[in-house]
Amino acid sequence: MLRGIFAIIFLIPALSVLASPERDFDKFVNHFKERFPNTPYQDYKNGVYSIDASAREQWEAMEEFPPYELNVDRGEELFNQTFKNGNTYGSCFENDGIGIRQNYPYFDTGKNKVITLEGALNDCRVKNGEKPLSYFKGKELAHVSAYMAYTSRGNKFNVQIPNTSEALNAYEKGKKLYFTKKGQLNFSCADCHVYQTGTKLRADIPSPAIGHPTHFPVYRSGMGRLVTLHERFAGCLNRIRAKSFKGGSDELNNLEFFTTFMSNGLEVNGPGSRK
Amino acid sequence: MSTIKMRSKEANGVVTVKALIRHPMETGARKNKKTGDMIPAHYIQEVHSKANGKDVITIHWGPAVSKNPYLTFKYKGNKGDEIEISWVDNQGNADTKMGKVK
Amino acid sequence: MKRRNFIKNSMLFAGALTALPAVLFTKKSYAAWPKKSFDIKDLTDSVNSVYGHNNLEESSKVKLKAPSIAENGAIVPINVSTTLEDVDSIMIFVENNPQPLSSGYQLTKLAQPSIGTRLKMGKTSNVMAAVKSGDKVYTSTQEVKVTIGGCGG
Repeated sequence: MLRGIFAIIFLIPALSVLASPERDFDKFVNHFKERFPNTPYQDYKNGVYSIDASAREQWEAMEEFPPYELNVDRGEELFNQTFKNGNTYGSCFENDGIGIRQNYPYFDTGKNKVITLEGALNDCRVKNGEKPLSYFKGKELAHVSAYMAYTSRGNKFNVQIPNTSEALNAYEKGKKLYFTKKGQLNFSCADCHVYQTGTKLRADIPSPAIGHPTHFPVYRSGMGRLVTLHERFAGCLNRIRAKSFKGGSDELNNLEFFTTFMSNGLEVNGPGSRK
Repeated sequence: MSTIKMRSKEANGVVTVKALIRHPMETGARKNKKTGDMIPAHYIQEVHSKANGKDVITIHWGPAVSKNPYLTFKYKGNKGDEIEISWVDNQGNADTKMGKVK
Repeated sequence: MKRRNFIKNSMLFAGALTALPAVLFTKKSYAAWPKKSFDIKDLTDSVNSVYGHNNLEESSKVKLKAPSIAENGAIVPINVSTTLEDVDSIMIFVENNPQPLSSGYQLTKLAQPSIGTRLKMGKTSNVMAAVKSGDKVYTSTQEVKVTIGGCGG
């Protein structure tokens, strides 16, 4: 039912004005509620741990003293470090950068683009005479993002899509990337995280799409470091042998815009602990 | 910054100490993918803990303990006890941290 | 020299890692790190090197808590506790690891016989917790499966 509706929606671009994001949201969320009737809605923020009991038990063991605490401490240090001109990251943000993770991403109607938190951090750096940093490899950007997420835990996402064609286009592009089959393996994001979520992919269980962005960046124990949302997007694209995109690219910004909109109402709970 | 984070709580006369230590715990069996060289073994070998200056536990670790190792143990104690945790690794590095039981 | 190399090669954080505190390592009267035992590759030999014998007795009084399928072999949460008394030490062996002895916990009279840590497991293996109480060694063993992931990477 859901597949049919989405297929119709983007095969008829002229009628995209009828495809309201709010209706997409309702259908999207209902799909998961029907698939996992025993999962309390707020638990989706815990990703695969909301639908796999054995993995959840191990995650709870990790939460007794999660490895990411070390990264949050380091993130706090980096967040408070001054740039060469004496300013800090906090000066670029509302509330000095504390407790604001849930405000990202947002659509900037002046610049006509999606602004993510990591993107805003890099904008802040450039504005203050510093070089932008990489989204990948779990370095400074990931650490500062982890700290800012941590200070925002419990706040609910409420991504707004301004009523402009540019904003709606960005949302639609993100949605299209999500549902388009691609790569040598010919998977779409939706194949694993919407239609096959909860089933087994070798020894993995694809997590549900809603709640994905809430817990990023993640500390991946297997990699021993932080991973940002864009690094994860790029990694997944690589895994299905599709063309990947750079951190902070329009494609990944739009994808984050779409996936976070679909997580509206769920709480920030980053950084998350993952395998 | 200290490499040791710890939390200690007392309940019914038993104190539970939890610690997370920032350390690579390299086994010495991994290769640097870029250079092809083996990454030298670098792991904590001993961890000691005291409560109010008295030995509580001595721990011997090998390289099979996970990176950023976690440790928890219990002892008979009280709120306000002063806990000391210290470690030494195979390369001679060391660190110590003090904390109070809540 | 080695200390500086560690700082230079540290993969932990991109930013400047402040120098490790120069803690004076004073020689203490702790049991020495058992290098020989940690090097042994065979479980039976490993147990023998720790206790001087292989007389192990399975006991339900030793409680080993480990996942039956590890989510990730790099970080397997393990807890061991026991109702046995006069516990000197708790050792954890991972049979199929390159060296089975993973860690040892020497308890003083102050300590309670309950410990926990996170271990690396290279592949599916029996994990054995061994508790020395008085002159005897009691054990509890459980298989922990370690799988290759799917698309999770």
